Amino acid sequence: MHAIEKILAKNSGRTEVRTGEIVTAKVDFAEINDLYLQTVYSFYEMGGEKVWDNTRCAFVFDHYAPCPDIKSASNHREMREFAQKNNLKYHFDTNCGVCHQVMPEAGVIYPGMIVVATDSHTTTHGAFGAMGTGCGATDMATILMTGELWFRVPEIIEVRLEGEAPKGVYPKDVVLAVLGRIRADGAVYKAIDFTGSYVEKLNVAGRMTICNMAVEMGAKTAYMQPNQDVIDYVSKRAVRPFEIQHTDPGYRYAESYVFNVSELEPELACPSSVENVHPLSEVTANGPVKLDQGYIGSCTGGRTEDIAIAAKILKGKHIPAYTRLVVVPASRDVMLECMAKGYLQDLMDAGATITTPGCGACLGAHEGILAPGEVCITSTNRNFPGRMGSTEALMYLASPATVAASILNGVITDPRPYLD
Amino acid sequence: MNTKITGKIIVVGDNIDTDQIYPGRFLAITDPKEIGSHCLCGVSEEIAPNFPKGGIVVAGRNFGCGSSREHAPIALLNMGASAVLADSFARIFFRNAVNLGLLPVICRGISRHVRDGQTLTVDLEEGTVTVQETGEVLPCEQLGDQAMKILEAGGIKPMMRVRFGKQ
Repeated sequence: MHAIEKILAKNSGRTEVRTGEIVTAKVDFAEINDLYLQTVYSFYEMGGEKVWDNTRCAFVFDHYAPCPDIKSASNHREMREFAQKNNLKYHFDTNCGVCHQVMPEAGVIYPGMIVVATDSHTTTHGAFGAMGTGCGATDMATILMTGELWFRVPEIIEVRLEGEAPKGVYPKDVVLAVLGRIRADGAVYKAIDFTGSYVEKLNVAGRMTICNMAVEMGAKTAYMQPNQDVIDYVSKRAVRPFEIQHTDPGYRYAESYVFNVSELEPELACPSSVENVHPLSEVTANGPVKLDQGYIGSCTGGRTEDIAIAAKILKGKHIPAYTRLVVVPASRDVMLECMAKGYLQDLMDAGATITTPGCGACLGAHEGILAPGEVCITSTNRNFPGRMGSTEALMYLASPATVAASILNGVITDPRPYLD
Repeated sequence: MNTKITGKIIVVGDNIDTDQIYPGRFLAITDPKEIGSHCLCGVSEEIAPNFPKGGIVVAGRNFGCGSSREHAPIALLNMGASAVLADSFARIFFRNAVNLGLLPVICRGISRHVRDGQTLTVDLEEGTVTVQETGEVLPCEQLGDQAMKILEAGGIKPMMRVRFGKQ
């Protein structure tokens, strides 16, 4: 069996599961973000009274942190009342950050568990050897009532990443290259296991970036076998004992893709689809792409490592007049670390706007919305029409290094000359 | 549950993501009718106000990709849609649709065979889609047992109410 199948088997009280089977599995942690007051409504509509376990579920207020309008403030208020009424052990209010950063920091994510959240990017937690998957509000309400959810045991695709990344190629570039090949629906209903020598050496932040974007290929969940970096990270934080699962030798994947990371260059997902991926050099060969906004943030590209590289590129320089750079640390802890290391100072000196930790403008809620006709380069995960504001704005997805080098010049720019 | 549905259609393209079905700027709204009024406005503002009651949305591949937002099927249902026919669906959208009683039917190549304003009849038991205007019959996939169980119960909410002895 694959490690993911072993997790599903363990949590559904079985010794074995097979691809295509429907199993009902226990959920180890359930998270509701602040877009989904419907979860509370569905919970009561279905006859819910108390959550099944007040130590295994939490709200994270990240999409509207802090609230931009009366409606979202009212939603937060109703969710806080629900959390208090159920005496939830964990509660992450508007001062914490994006759920997928906040949960691992709080120690509620660890290898071998099942985490379900009302957010598609829950695939992120494959970075820790956990099975993470997103669901809608009403599925979440059934979890809050029962502590379990039905799953179809997915086919598992291997994406083998071999070699070492050349200078200027970051985990974001790697996952964009994978996405360009597998396409936006290449992994629908399936799981992606990222393997290979690149993954074995990859740090926690890089693992999170890659697993995060598995959902952009349609994946139900992602997985990476935990390495020492992951074990060190979770050992310091995990709130429960955990067991790392291992895939049996000789396990046969439904499909396999192999990528030689050492041959990659900085990549872009061009407007307005995540699968419209091209090497940066190919895009700029057609002439300069003028930018209005750079954006560094989100559960994909707002971690300390992401902000550090932007600060390195922009330190002592300044972005051009009539452009802007919005930087949104993924969490409070990330923001504090970046502050202590001087990155935020360097970025602000370079002309950046720093906003509160959270999802910010990634989904077009607030703090960096685009006007019709504007062009943005961003370290986030989606460039769908209207994702960051106007449907007539254009978005390029890139690594934080490419975002920083590009906004520094006001046009899309290869970051490699800035890294010496 | 009704396994045969007839409705007028609108046709949209490939990779219609949840931001096009229901843009992020409206996510704080909780009133279902108001949610329905913004449906598919990322594709065109003209769709929701003119959508025929009981109509069917026809799409290309990967309909509903992107966010887990349940607002997407809530918007479609409250705009008046009874079903979505597509080459393929994104997983979370598919689950959300089934949970709320909106039929997601896989019918490969459908968007290339039909045009706006035509009338389709979907027969879930037979696994067929008939274009009324041309008489053309296309095969569609039958839904899995788990999805049918939920749809036959009228959605996940009535199913859970029965399980918890609430009705």
